Amino acid sequence: MIKKLNRRQFLKSTGLASGTLVLGVQFSPLMAKHHGEIQFSPDVFVSMDGTGQVTIISHRSEMGQGIRSTLPLLVADELEADWNRVTVKQALGDAKYGSQNTDGSRSVRKNFQKLKEAGAIMRTMLQQAAAQVWSVPVDQVRIEHHQAHHKDEALDFKELVKIASKLKVPERDTLKLKTAAEQKYVGKPDMALLDGADIVTGKAVFGYDVQLDDMKTAVIARPPVVFGTVKSVDDSETLKVPGVVKVVQLPALTPPALFKMLGGVAVIAENTWAAIEGRKKLNIEWNHGSNSSYSTNDHEAVFIKALENPKEVVRSRGDVEQAKANATKTIEADYHVAGLAHATMEPPAATARITGDRVEVWACTQTPQASQRNVMGTLEIPQENAANVEINVTLLGGGFGRKSKPDFVAEAAYLAHQTKMPIKVLWTREDEIKHGYYHSPSYQQLKGTLDENNRVTSWYHAMVNHPISSTFDPTAKLAGSTDLGQGDMMFDVPNIKIALGETDTFMRIGWVRSVTNINNVFAASSFVDEMAHAAGKDSKDFLLELIGDDRIEDFSKDGFEYSNYGEPAEQYPAETSRLKNVIQLAAKEANWGEKLPEGTGMGIAAWRSFLSYIAVVIKVSTNGNQVKIEDVHMAVDAGQLLNPDRVKSQMEGSLIFGASLAFYGEITAKDGIIEQGNFDDYQMTRINQIPDVHVHLVNSTAIPTGVGEPGLPPVAPALCNAIFAANGQRHRRLPLKDLRLV
Amino acid sequence: MTELKINGQLTQLEVSEDMPLLWALRDVAKLTGSKYGCGKGICGACTVHIDGQPMRSCITPMSYAKGKSVTTIEGLSEQGDHPVQQAWQNLNVAQCGYCQSGQIMSAVALLENNPNPSDEDINGAMAGNICRCGTYPRIRAAIKQAAKLKQADEGAQS
Repeated sequence: MIKKLNRRQFLKSTGLASGTLVLGVQFSPLMAKHHGEIQFSPDVFVSMDGTGQVTIISHRSEMGQGIRSTLPLLVADELEADWNRVTVKQALGDAKYGSQNTDGSRSVRKNFQKLKEAGAIMRTMLQQAAAQVWSVPVDQVRIEHHQAHHKDEALDFKELVKIASKLKVPERDTLKLKTAAEQKYVGKPDMALLDGADIVTGKAVFGYDVQLDDMKTAVIARPPVVFGTVKSVDDSETLKVPGVVKVVQLPALTPPALFKMLGGVAVIAENTWAAIEGRKKLNIEWNHGSNSSYSTNDHEAVFIKALENPKEVVRSRGDVEQAKANATKTIEADYHVAGLAHATMEPPAATARITGDRVEVWACTQTPQASQRNVMGTLEIPQENAANVEINVTLLGGGFGRKSKPDFVAEAAYLAHQTKMPIKVLWTREDEIKHGYYHSPSYQQLKGTLDENNRVTSWYHAMVNHPISSTFDPTAKLAGSTDLGQGDMMFDVPNIKIALGETDTFMRIGWVRSVTNINNVFAASSFVDEMAHAAGKDSKDFLLELIGDDRIEDFSKDGFEYSNYGEPAEQYPAETSRLKNVIQLAAKEANWGEKLPEGTGMGIAAWRSFLSYIAVVIKVSTNGNQVKIEDVHMAVDAGQLLNPDRVKSQMEGSLIFGASLAFYGEITAKDGIIEQGNFDDYQMTRINQIPDVHVHLVNSTAIPTGVGEPGLPPVAPALCNAIFAANGQRHRRLPLKDLRLV
Repeated sequence: MTELKINGQLTQLEVSEDMPLLWALRDVAKLTGSKYGCGKGICGACTVHIDGQPMRSCITPMSYAKGKSVTTIEGLSEQGDHPVQQAWQNLNVAQCGYCQSGQIMSAVALLENNPNPSDEDINGAMAGNICRCGTYPRIRAAIKQAAKLKQADEGAQS
């Protein structure tokens, strides 16, 4: 997918009268090759042809977080490129780009440095080329806006590209990179979306939209219970459906689930409707297998029992038992958060075509390299032939972690191989809800104590869920992950105990946007509010007091091996000052403490997750069981902000995602079969339920961190704390089935 | 063979009459701008206009669409510059963009009937369109901006 932008799209006019003129030009990679004979490619992320046209590679997947509209800015900015002469090209899956696994809110922090360097390498070489032409020292050549300047002379990049392409590529440690103040595109507040014009005209190509000549469409009847198998299948009625071409049985899934195909029976047809109708007419008898012993309701008792005697203490300070013995007040509360599905608006979809040894795939995947490995594993292609498996990444109609699990890509490759036809596998909504990698239901126990001055003397947080690791290792039982919202709490308390329970798992568990931060931060931030109430203190003041002095939290002191999202603590320290700052900012903007009418209340929650600091203040009004979200303020410190508009949109989205899971999110199984199946029984919030969301950005010079996930964890607790403030009702169980969001 | 008008063009599609319009558009007419989201008419991603009215194409059989005039996102404007499309870009409404064809088609229909909608009017008209990414506040703002753009356009023409 290649996209050329014009300048007006990029430096967007926001004036009403002018509007924007847009011109989305799509052309094939073949055409790009002929756009000028010279190819100057000093780095894998940037190249320039003989006309001076720049191509920047977007190697991460776009799923709504705005990464295609953000990372290329870093290259163009360092290069001093005229954006009007920049083309952004989506990368194939290829290890030469480094990791392309677009999840964990890490695309920015893992790539900003090397992308700046890519631009600076090209700029430096163009500068050296101009110095040669003019026979002047390099430092007398100024590079600005696609030109080299010396005194009153100027040369366009196109006149330098041939010379520059023959120069030695400079070492990275010799590069001079721009400061934030010198950047022209990075950090500007009103950058237009790279794919904005294509989206509003229906030209944008998602995984669902891929069309190939002679392509057939497949839908699959998958085993209703994970690791179930096909006992028998009668496809005679299916084959009578006009348009149905063929029925293919898939191999049964055996543990571990990994990203392997779920198995079942595929109906291959000339069009989607015929495939769907054909699937309805399959007569399949299933062996449900041992996971049919699982029912979510019954398992809650197992969770509760698991927390009576947690298996592992992961963080410990002082003695919580002793603190309890000395306490003036003891507060205890249990919290439950239901299982969740991703419910991406676009369900999983992948297309595969096999020609000789060559496998081409087009998919809405968050991880083209894992997709490539998965295809190779499925088709038993040896590692040395990896180059024969080409993974094209389309736009993703939402991801949230679902599309980093390429089981659907394996299905397309397998069926293309079996049928010798190009195959597009489409998941219906029911397929997506019923055959997910779910956020696990969880159960949590919180205990805290207060002294005679109503200061917190101990904090105990135990959690049990079905761990994600069980998807990769069926023997894994210990709950996970404590790093996300549980063990990483930044409260200044003398006695701390963080513990995990264990349990068996009966479905595929995966990561959903912000992962276990969802349940952990809900419990922890609700409990802070419960303690504030017990202490008779203002919730915001109490939270700030609990965080305590400005310091860098050293988790290792408590014997906690905190992963810090895979980053060194020295580079990305957990700073209490930044957490307190966002709390104060959100509270101030929300007018925290204002006198509110009867039945109205404000709630607050804040957490550091994915190395970013977010605080949320929500105002609700209540009337009986009706809740209305009146106002929302979110404060964000994610270091230097590369594309502030996309940071804001991620916060807006997090609020709405959080409201959906708080009021509706519940996946349950009965006899191993998921009971929900579409947006009628797995509901989403609607526009009429969501007010404007005010996002306040901290102008930080810290290293940039991610924003796709960290906005979400504080939303549900801020909401429930607001409901408590409004009507005195404490809700410890999500979703809020007794309440109605209006 | 079913005959209908798609984006102003008289079109014959070789499909069974019980096939939902959505799949006929996407798989047979190769117009993939209208999206599948639920197949039950509850998410709005597949919204198109049939004789000017917003309809859920995923539950509208070809037997109903036959002989009628269908407008999809691809045919909303020749240059992609309908006021709603302009406002959507001015405010960077989209996140993933998948639901936005349906959102835009619903918004266009709203403004046809109500050139100056209030927040409540917008919420009422748009409540059938789900956005999982969470673009609702910007959709509201963009519809208001589109209303102004549309009035300015119409003023300029009269």
